[in-house]
Amino acid sequence: MAEATTTVTVRDLGAQGMVTLRGDLADETLIKAVRKVTGLTVPGQRGFRRGKSGAVAWMSPDELLLLVPEDKAGSAVADLDRALDGQHHLAVDVSDARAMFAVEGPFAREVLAKCSPADLHPDSLPEGEIRRTRLGQVAAAFWCEGDGIWRVIVFRSVAGYAQALLERSARDGAVGAF
Amino acid sequence: MLILTCPNCGIAAEETELSPGGEAHLHRHGPGSSDGEFEEYLFLKENPRGVHFERWRHSHGCGKWFHAARDTATLQVFGTYSAQTTEPPQHIRDAITAARPGWRWRDFS
Ligand SMILES: [Zn+2]
Repeated sequence: MAEATTTVTVRDLGAQGMVTLRGDLADETLIKAVRKVTGLTVPGQRGFRRGKSGAVAWMSPDELLLLVPEDKAGSAVADLDRALDGQHHLAVDVSDARAMFAVEGPFAREVLAKCSPADLHPDSLPEGEIRRTRLGQVAAAFWCEGDGIWRVIVFRSVAGYAQALLERSARDGAVGAF
Repeated sequence: MLILTCPNCGIAAEETELSPGGEAHLHRHGPGSSDGEFEEYLFLKENPRGVHFERWRHSHGCGKWFHAARDTATLQVFGTYSAQTTEPPQHIRDAITAARPGWRWRDFS
Protein backbone atom coordinates (compact mmCIF):
# COMPACT_ATOMS: atom_id res chain seq x y z
CA MET A 1 0.00 0.00 0.00
CA ALA A 2 2.81 2.39 -0.82
CA GLU A 3 0.20 4.19 -2.95
CA ALA A 4 -1.64 5.58 0.09
CA THR A 5 1.30 7.60 1.33
CA THR A 6 2.13 9.09 -2.05
CA THR A 7 -1.30 10.35 -3.07
CA VAL A 8 -3.29 13.42 -2.17
CA THR A 9 -6.99 12.97 -1.53
CA VAL A 10 -9.78 15.49 -2.10
CA ARG A 11 -12.80 15.03 0.13
CA ASP A 12 -16.05 17.00 0.32
CA LEU A 13 -16.51 17.65 4.03
CA GLY A 14 -20.28 17.98 3.72
CA ALA A 15 -22.34 20.22 5.94
CA GLN A 16 -20.29 22.81 7.82
CA GLY A 17 -21.72 25.70 9.78
CA MET A 18 -20.33 29.02 8.48
CA VAL A 19 -21.17 32.51 9.67
CA THR A 20 -19.97 35.72 8.07
CA LEU A 21 -19.51 38.50 10.60
CA ARG A 22 -18.80 42.05 9.50
CA GLY A 23 -18.12 44.96 11.79
CA ASP A 24 -15.32 46.73 13.66
CA LEU A 25 -12.91 43.87 14.46
CA ALA A 26 -11.18 45.93 17.15
CA ASP A 27 -14.43 46.57 19.03
CA GLU A 28 -14.50 45.02 22.52
CA THR A 29 -18.14 43.95 22.27
CA LEU A 30 -17.51 42.20 18.96
CA ILE A 31 -14.41 40.48 20.28
CA LYS A 32 -16.37 39.26 23.31
CA ALA A 33 -19.25 38.04 21.11
CA VAL A 34 -16.85 36.07 18.87
CA ARG A 35 -15.30 34.48 21.95
CA LYS A 36 -18.72 33.48 23.24
CA VAL A 37 -19.68 31.82 19.94
CA THR A 38 -16.37 30.13 19.06
CA GLY A 39 -14.29 30.20 22.23
CA LEU A 40 -11.62 32.05 20.25
CA THR A 41 -10.09 35.50 20.09
CA VAL A 42 -10.21 37.52 16.87
CA PRO A 43 -7.11 36.74 14.76
CA GLY A 44 -4.92 39.43 13.24
CA GLN A 45 -4.53 40.16 9.51
CA ARG A 46 -5.08 36.94 7.46
CA GLY A 47 -5.02 34.85 10.63
CA PHE A 48 -6.81 31.54 11.12
CA ARG A 49 -7.55 30.05 14.54
CA ARG A 50 -9.13 26.73 15.41
CA GLY A 51 -10.51 25.77 18.80
CA LYS A 52 -12.35 22.77 20.18
CA SER A 53 -15.72 23.48 18.60
CA GLY A 54 -15.04 26.06 15.95
CA ALA A 55 -12.65 28.28 14.06
CA VAL A 56 -12.25 31.94 13.13
CA ALA A 57 -10.73 33.24 9.90
CA TRP A 58 -9.76 36.85 9.09
CA MET A 59 -11.32 37.58 5.70
CA SER A 60 -10.82 41.34 5.36
CA PRO A 61 -10.28 44.37 7.62
CA ASP A 62 -13.97 44.28 8.60
CA GLU A 63 -14.96 40.66 8.01
CA LEU A 64 -14.54 37.35 9.81
CA LEU A 65 -15.67 33.86 8.87
CA LEU A 66 -16.72 31.76 11.85
CA LEU A 67 -16.77 27.99 11.48
CA VAL A 68 -19.19 26.35 13.89
CA PRO A 69 -20.92 22.95 14.07
CA GLU A 70 -23.56 22.67 11.35
CA ASP A 71 -26.49 22.75 13.79
CA LYS A 72 -25.08 25.79 15.64
CA ALA A 73 -24.93 28.31 12.76
CA GLY A 74 -28.45 29.64 13.40
CA SER A 75 -27.92 30.10 17.13
CA ALA A 76 -24.49 31.65 16.49
CA VAL A 77 -26.10 34.34 14.31
CA ALA A 78 -28.76 34.94 16.99
CA ASP A 79 -26.08 35.22 19.70
CA LEU A 80 -24.03 37.67 17.61
CA ASP A 81 -27.07 39.80 16.74
CA ARG A 82 -28.08 39.94 20.40
CA ALA A 83 -24.59 40.86 21.60
CA LEU A 84 -24.12 43.51 18.87
CA ASP A 85 -27.64 44.89 19.02
CA GLY A 86 -27.68 48.60 18.20
CA GLN A 87 -24.21 48.72 16.76
CA HIS A 88 -23.12 48.60 13.13
CA HIS A 89 -22.58 44.94 12.19
CA LEU A 90 -23.76 42.12 9.95
CA ALA A 91 -24.04 38.44 10.91
CA VAL A 92 -25.27 35.97 8.28
CA ASP A 93 -25.51 32.20 8.14
CA VAL A 94 -23.69 31.36 4.88
CA SER A 95 -23.40 27.60 5.47
CA ASP A 96 -25.50 26.70 2.42
CA ALA A 97 -23.64 29.14 0.17
CA ARG A 98 -20.27 27.46 0.58
CA ALA A 99 -18.64 24.06 0.19
CA MET A 100 -15.60 22.89 2.12
CA PHE A 101 -13.02 20.35 1.03
CA ALA A 102 -10.20 18.51 2.74
CA VAL A 103 -7.09 18.24 0.56
CA GLU A 104 -4.72 15.89 2.33
CA GLY A 105 -1.50 14.12 1.49
CA PRO A 106 2.25 14.70 1.27
CA PHE A 107 2.11 17.18 -1.64
CA ALA A 108 -1.26 18.80 -0.82
CA ARG A 109 0.43 22.22 -0.88
CA GLU A 110 1.47 21.64 -4.49
CA VAL A 111 -2.00 20.43 -5.49
CA LEU A 112 -3.28 23.89 -4.54
CA ALA A 113 -0.27 25.79 -5.86
CA LYS A 114 -0.79 24.34 -9.34
CA CYS A 115 -4.31 25.80 -9.49
CA SER A 116 -3.68 29.21 -7.97
CA PRO A 117 -1.63 32.37 -8.56
CA ALA A 118 -1.04 32.59 -4.79
CA ASP A 119 2.45 32.19 -3.36
CA LEU A 120 2.14 28.90 -1.47
CA HIS A 121 5.71 28.68 -0.27
CA PRO A 122 5.62 27.66 3.43
CA ASP A 123 7.31 30.96 4.33
CA SER A 124 4.60 32.94 2.51
CA LEU A 125 1.62 30.87 3.62
CA PRO A 126 2.39 29.21 6.95
CA GLU A 127 0.02 27.28 9.17
CA GLY A 128 -2.37 29.65 10.95
CA GLU A 129 -2.88 31.90 7.93
CA ILE A 130 -5.76 31.89 5.46
CA ARG A 131 -5.31 32.83 1.80
CA ARG A 132 -8.19 34.14 -0.24
CA THR A 133 -7.42 33.81 -3.93
CA ARG A 134 -8.44 32.04 -7.11
CA LEU A 135 -8.51 28.30 -7.85
CA GLY A 136 -8.63 27.93 -11.62
CA GLN A 137 -11.54 30.15 -12.60
CA VAL A 138 -13.27 30.53 -9.23
CA ALA A 139 -12.78 32.39 -5.96
CA ALA A 140 -11.51 30.25 -3.08
CA ALA A 141 -9.99 30.42 0.38
CA PHE A 142 -7.64 27.84 1.85
CA TRP A 143 -5.42 27.26 4.84
CA CYS A 144 -3.08 24.66 6.30
CA GLU A 145 -3.99 22.83 9.51
CA GLY A 146 -0.86 20.69 9.80
CA ASP A 147 1.65 18.88 7.65
CA GLY A 148 -0.15 17.92 4.42
CA ILE A 149 -3.55 18.86 5.83
CA TRP A 150 -5.43 21.62 3.98
CA ARG A 151 -8.96 22.97 3.99
CA VAL A 152 -10.52 24.71 1.00
CA ILE A 153 -13.70 26.79 0.85
CA VAL A 154 -15.47 27.75 -2.38
CA PHE A 155 -18.96 28.90 -3.32
CA ARG A 156 -21.28 25.89 -3.42
CA SER A 157 -22.42 26.76 -6.94
CA VAL A 158 -18.90 26.00 -8.22
CA ALA A 159 -18.10 23.11 -5.84
CA GLY A 160 -18.25 20.52 -8.63
CA TYR A 161 -15.75 22.47 -10.71
CA ALA A 162 -13.43 23.01 -7.74
CA GLN A 163 -13.51 19.34 -6.76
CA ALA A 164 -12.77 18.17 -10.30
CA LEU A 165 -9.93 20.70 -10.58
CA LEU A 166 -8.34 19.64 -7.29
CA GLU A 167 -8.75 15.92 -8.05
CA ARG A 168 -7.10 16.39 -11.44
CA SER A 169 -4.26 18.35 -9.86
CA ALA A 170 -3.82 15.61 -7.23
CA ARG A 171 -3.87 12.85 -9.86
CA ASP A 172 -1.15 14.60 -11.85
CA GLY A 173 1.17 14.19 -8.87
CA ALA A 174 3.87 16.19 -7.18
CA VAL A 175 5.98 18.81 -8.93
CA GLY A 176 8.71 19.03 -6.34
CA ALA A 177 8.58 22.81 -6.03
CA PHE A 178 8.38 22.92 -2.23
CA MET B 1 2.91 40.29 -15.08
CA LEU B 2 1.68 42.96 -12.72
CA ILE B 3 1.84 42.37 -8.96
CA LEU B 4 0.24 44.91 -6.61
CA THR B 5 0.37 44.65 -2.82
CA CYS B 6 -3.10 45.23 -1.40
CA PRO B 7 -2.78 47.69 1.50
CA ASN B 8 -5.94 46.27 3.09
CA CYS B 9 -4.79 42.68 3.57
CA GLY B 10 -1.07 42.83 2.78
CA ILE B 11 -1.19 40.24 0.00
CA ALA B 12 1.07 40.72 -3.02
CA ALA B 13 -1.72 40.00 -5.48
CA GLU B 14 -1.09 38.90 -9.03
CA GLU B 15 -3.04 40.74 -11.74
CA THR B 16 -5.65 37.98 -12.19
CA GLU B 17 -6.61 38.26 -8.50
CA LEU B 18 -7.45 41.92 -9.05
CA SER B 19 -10.10 43.89 -10.93
CA PRO B 20 -9.13 47.19 -12.55
CA GLY B 21 -11.20 50.21 -11.49
CA GLY B 22 -9.96 52.81 -13.93
CA GLU B 23 -8.32 56.16 -13.37
CA ALA B 24 -7.78 57.33 -9.80
CA HIS B 25 -8.62 60.64 -8.12
CA LEU B 26 -11.40 61.63 -10.51
CA HIS B 27 -13.16 64.82 -9.61
CA ARG B 28 -16.82 63.93 -9.84
CA HIS B 29 -19.09 66.51 -11.42
CA GLY B 30 -22.82 65.97 -11.01
CA PRO B 31 -25.97 68.10 -10.91
CA GLY B 32 -25.23 71.80 -11.29
CA SER B 33 -21.98 71.29 -13.17
CA SER B 34 -21.35 72.65 -16.64
CA ASP B 35 -21.50 70.46 -19.74
CA GLY B 36 -17.74 70.82 -20.06
CA GLU B 37 -17.10 69.64 -16.50
CA PHE B 38 -19.44 66.70 -16.90
CA GLU B 39 -17.84 65.69 -20.19
CA GLU B 40 -14.42 65.93 -18.56
CA TYR B 41 -15.50 63.71 -15.67
CA LEU B 42 -17.26 61.15 -17.82
CA PHE B 43 -15.08 60.83 -20.89
CA LEU B 44 -11.76 62.65 -20.75
CA LYS B 45 -9.40 60.24 -19.05
CA GLU B 46 -5.65 60.24 -18.75
CA ASN B 47 -3.97 57.58 -20.87
CA PRO B 48 -0.27 58.19 -20.29
CA ARG B 49 2.75 56.24 -21.34
CA GLY B 50 4.52 56.33 -18.01
CA VAL B 51 3.42 57.38 -14.52
CA HIS B 52 -0.24 56.63 -13.88
CA PHE B 53 -2.62 56.46 -10.93
CA GLU B 54 -5.33 53.81 -10.84
CA ARG B 55 -8.02 52.26 -8.69
CA TRP B 56 -7.96 48.50 -8.22
CA ARG B 57 -10.14 46.07 -6.31
CA HIS B 58 -8.74 42.96 -4.63
CA SER B 59 -11.67 40.97 -6.00
CA HIS B 60 -10.20 37.46 -5.64
CA GLY B 61 -9.07 38.27 -2.11
CA CYS B 62 -10.22 40.62 0.64
CA GLY B 63 -12.64 42.35 -1.73
CA LYS B 64 -11.46 45.87 -0.88
CA TRP B 65 -10.55 48.79 -3.11
CA PHE B 66 -7.16 50.50 -3.12
CA HIS B 67 -5.05 52.90 -5.18
CA ALA B 68 -1.91 52.08 -7.15
CA ALA B 69 0.78 54.24 -8.75
CA ARG B 70 2.70 52.57 -11.54
CA ASP B 71 4.39 53.02 -14.89
CA THR B 72 2.12 51.85 -17.71
CA ALA B 73 5.06 51.14 -20.02
CA THR B 74 7.45 49.28 -17.72
CA LEU B 75 4.89 48.00 -15.16
CA GLN B 76 7.15 49.34 -12.40
CA VAL B 77 4.99 49.79 -9.32
CA PHE B 78 5.77 52.90 -7.26
CA GLY B 79 3.40 51.95 -4.49
CA THR B 80 -0.14 51.16 -3.40
CA TYR B 81 -2.20 53.15 -0.91
CA SER B 82 -5.58 53.53 0.74
CA ALA B 83 -8.72 54.08 -1.32
CA GLN B 84 -9.86 56.62 1.29
CA THR B 85 -7.95 59.57 -0.10
CA THR B 86 -8.43 62.11 -2.89
CA GLU B 87 -4.75 62.47 -3.74
CA PRO B 88 -1.57 60.39 -3.69
CA PRO B 89 0.20 60.57 -0.30
CA GLN B 90 3.64 62.17 -0.05
CA HIS B 91 5.60 58.89 0.29
CA ILE B 92 4.11 57.70 -3.00
CA ARG B 93 5.01 60.98 -4.73
CA ASP B 94 8.53 60.70 -3.34
CA ALA B 95 8.87 57.15 -4.64
CA ILE B 96 7.84 58.29 -8.11
CA THR B 97 10.18 61.29 -8.00
CA ALA B 98 13.07 58.98 -7.09
CA ALA B 99 12.43 56.87 -10.20
CA ARG B 100 11.00 59.50 -12.60
CA PRO B 101 12.36 62.96 -11.71
CA GLY B 102 10.15 65.76 -13.01
CA TRP B 103 7.05 63.59 -13.44
CA ARG B 104 3.62 65.21 -13.86
CA TRP B 105 0.12 63.70 -13.80
CA ARG B 106 -2.87 66.02 -14.02
CA ASP B 107 -2.39 68.46 -11.09
CA PHE B 108 0.05 66.23 -9.23
CA SER B 109 3.83 66.29 -9.43
ZN1 LIG C 1 -6.63 42.65 -0.15
